[in-house]
Amino acid sequence: MTQTEKTSRPGFRVIGSSPLRQDGVEKVTGRARFGADIHLPGLLIGAVLRSPHAHARILAIDTSAAAAYPGVKAVVTALDLPELESKIADIGEASINQRYQSNNILARDKVLYFGHAVAAVAAVNGHVAEAAAALIKVDYEVLPPVLDVRAAMAPDAPILLEELRTAELGDHGTGPTNVAAHLLLETGDIARGFEAAAVVVERAFTTAMVHQGYIEPHAATAQVEADGQVTIWCSTQGTFGVREQVASILRLPLSRIRVVPLEIGGGFGGKNNVYLEPLAVLLSRKSGFRPVKLTMSRKDVLAATGPTSGSVITVKLGADAAGKLTAAQATLIYEAGAYPGSPVGSAMDVIFTPYRIPHVRIDGYDVVVNKPHTAAYRAPGGTNAAFAAESVVDELSERLGLDPIAFRLLNGVHEGNRKVDGVAFERIGLLETLEAAQSTAHYRAAAPGRHRGRGVAAGFWGNYGGKSSASASVNADGTISLIEGSVDIGGSRTSIAMQLAETLELPIETVRTTIADTDSIGETEGTYGSRTTFATGWAAYEVGQKLKVGLKERAAHLWGVTAADVDYADGVFRSGAEHMTFAGLAAQMDGTGGPVVASASVQPSSWGPGFAVHIVDVEVDPETGKVDILRYTALQDAGKAVYPDYVAGQMQGGAAQGIGWALHEEFIYDGQGRLLNANWLDYRMPVSLDLPFIETVIVEVPSPSHPYGVRGVGEVPIVPPAAAVANAIYRAIGVRLTELPMSPGRIVAALRAQDR
Amino acid sequence: MATKTQVEAVINGEPIEFLCEPRQSLLEVLRDTLGLTGSKEGCNNGNCGACSVLIDGALVNACLVLAVEIQGRQVTTIEGIATPDGLHPLQQKFLEHAALQCGFCTPGFIVAAKALLDRNPDPSEAEVRQWLAGNLCRCTGYDHIVKAILAAADRPTGAEAHP
Repeated sequence: MTQTEKTSRPGFRVIGSSPLRQDGVEKVTGRARFGADIHLPGLLIGAVLRSPHAHARILAIDTSAAAAYPGVKAVVTALDLPELESKIADIGEASINQRYQSNNILARDKVLYFGHAVAAVAAVNGHVAEAAAALIKVDYEVLPPVLDVRAAMAPDAPILLEELRTAELGDHGTGPTNVAAHLLLETGDIARGFEAAAVVVERAFTTAMVHQGYIEPHAATAQVEADGQVTIWCSTQGTFGVREQVASILRLPLSRIRVVPLEIGGGFGGKNNVYLEPLAVLLSRKSGFRPVKLTMSRKDVLAATGPTSGSVITVKLGADAAGKLTAAQATLIYEAGAYPGSPVGSAMDVIFTPYRIPHVRIDGYDVVVNKPHTAAYRAPGGTNAAFAAESVVDELSERLGLDPIAFRLLNGVHEGNRKVDGVAFERIGLLETLEAAQSTAHYRAAAPGRHRGRGVAAGFWGNYGGKSSASASVNADGTISLIEGSVDIGGSRTSIAMQLAETLELPIETVRTTIADTDSIGETEGTYGSRTTFATGWAAYEVGQKLKVGLKERAAHLWGVTAADVDYADGVFRSGAEHMTFAGLAAQMDGTGGPVVASASVQPSSWGPGFAVHIVDVEVDPETGKVDILRYTALQDAGKAVYPDYVAGQMQGGAAQGIGWALHEEFIYDGQGRLLNANWLDYRMPVSLDLPFIETVIVEVPSPSHPYGVRGVGEVPIVPPAAAVANAIYRAIGVRLTELPMSPGRIVAALRAQDR
Repeated sequence: MATKTQVEAVINGEPIEFLCEPRQSLLEVLRDTLGLTGSKEGCNNGNCGACSVLIDGALVNACLVLAVEIQGRQVTTIEGIATPDGLHPLQQKFLEHAALQCGFCTPGFIVAAKALLDRNPDPSEAEVRQWLAGNLCRCTGYDHIVKAILAAADRPTGAEAHP
């Protein structure tokens, strides 16, 4: 990484404004090309046969009838995939053993969840491909499914992965198990901490498995050439991640694969993993090198991609009579789905981090169950953890007779405090965000009335840095063409261009962004971890610094001085009496050395974490159990909001997803592990009628870990909502709900239990 | 393979003829036969509204209409909303209000909102939310979308909601 001067300028000219986004016109006119919008000459369409069972051994697969069906060009099964050694690979805020990932692409010996892919077909059109896929005969030995983490941990539980052994404190267990890992974070002595407490609250929580719910289904198209060269067009959060995963699963050199990003219709963590891309490559290769497109149905998306873990969490907190937290203990058990790799580790990083607590113990368990393998979902693991912890914080502050925000201010972390893992915070903005929450009109408004309640919750997310690359060339008219590697899931073309424009002290209209394929830009990690505006924006900043150096040399050449004698400010180069505008100098590139171009790659070693505080008013109908969101305010420390309209959009979107998680969303499985609600009528995401306008307050405590003070903003807004809603429901009806979703049936049941 | 039927219709103001199988949805024909990929498939069963189009001015999900059913009808898709002179006011307001993040649901919302404003040029916030309940957006929480539509209708946005 390039060393950077850490400027902290009060005045910005581009950063903090809200220009129209660069890809806006294409997206409001329907011209933007998303994953399924590509058409190539000779294109074949694929279909995937999926398991009707949650847990079964595959005894035999007969593809002969499908292969013989008119119009079918290729059929593949796991036998077409290389058998891989065990090796852990990171995929955008999640990790998976590459052999398991191969088995997730196409089941080899066993199917481990309803919807697990078993075979794939390419044909002249989608109707033919589907009809042919239905002719594939699979002989299954059906096994009992394990659908609950507690059942999965029982000594006599059916085993999903015979070779799995528990990874525990640097060691491995000896017998077969469904517990992939037991993690521990500890500081101080919790026994002593609870002895010092005047009030202790302990509660157990459960949360349902939920899906990211992006509106665009997964789509991938591949073309393999006769020489083995592979091109993939897909909708993904990270082109380089797709390249790496496909290379690993198919044992290909990275340079033999080019991944071309199409626009992406939402991801939220769920479009880092590959599902269809390796199949499209296999089918293209086997069909005589024709391009093959695969798209998922909504049912496939819900049954077989994503989701994030359901969980069982216990939290115990103690505070002294003055309200100071003395001890915290938690046990988090997270569903990994079919293969190890739940976000329990990041949940442990989230659960108590907003608070200074001297004595802490956190145990985490990663447990496989017969459900789809979990993928990252926006602040992975954080919403579940904060639901539990922030509910207990609320109860504790109530017992102590303290205002919930005052309690959090009393115990909140600030610069220099250490997390449980020992890492000390640089400058952070939790206390400023809490103070801003206290002074909102919403929080100061009168209590909302009968059957109504106001809830508050805070949330932490660590954010991420990662590798990013950008390059730019100066055009002869003084405009700049910027190329970068981050797919744009919500305005990042513009937020990255704004940082280049800021660095060059030029209007944003000067810079135009192109997102490059994997052959055309340096490695850039995916759009995940709230890293894109932070890290790729930083790369754009470095590019800007280099362009200034290059152009100063040209000015020096023209004026017969040295580059060190040339200054640049406000879009004008100066040396002594000489001066020239940026555009004027750009016009002189021809003849002074030709094009001025620059590229930069960064891998920041630190990044500023994010904190959010949410306030919500709800009304509960005690007859039906329906909860209405009356008013919602989201506050967040953005460090420096580069593109404020879109920062607010992230806050509102995270709040909305969190409200859905809190009130409606859950995967419902029958006893055999079949997903019963794999459609959007029954998997109930918030619609416009369910939500009010979501008020936003952006707090700006600059991160010392970025040249412009930027913090990632995308993930932390989904951390507090479920807890905030639960706390509001408690104030409305006097019952603490400890199970997500807090659906009408559960609320009515809780009210009846209270009446008894 | 199924026999194809000839269909004549007017799509985005242009008379058009195509061949389709009886089982093909309007969405499939728009996207795969006619190259009008602005209408999106999010669910293919009428739950998400990403394929919203107008048939003789009525708002429908193209995934729930058979292509043969548009014989003799007028269809407007997202590709037909802007004029040669520029963007439709709804499209402009969506940009100004940052009413899209990923942009995938955006065509459906704009077509649905046009259908609303065509019949009710001055809708309230509640009327907008009611009308849009058939269009799913997962990125925005609907806030900026509702504000963009109210702005396109030249109505002040919901700042007055909490005096």
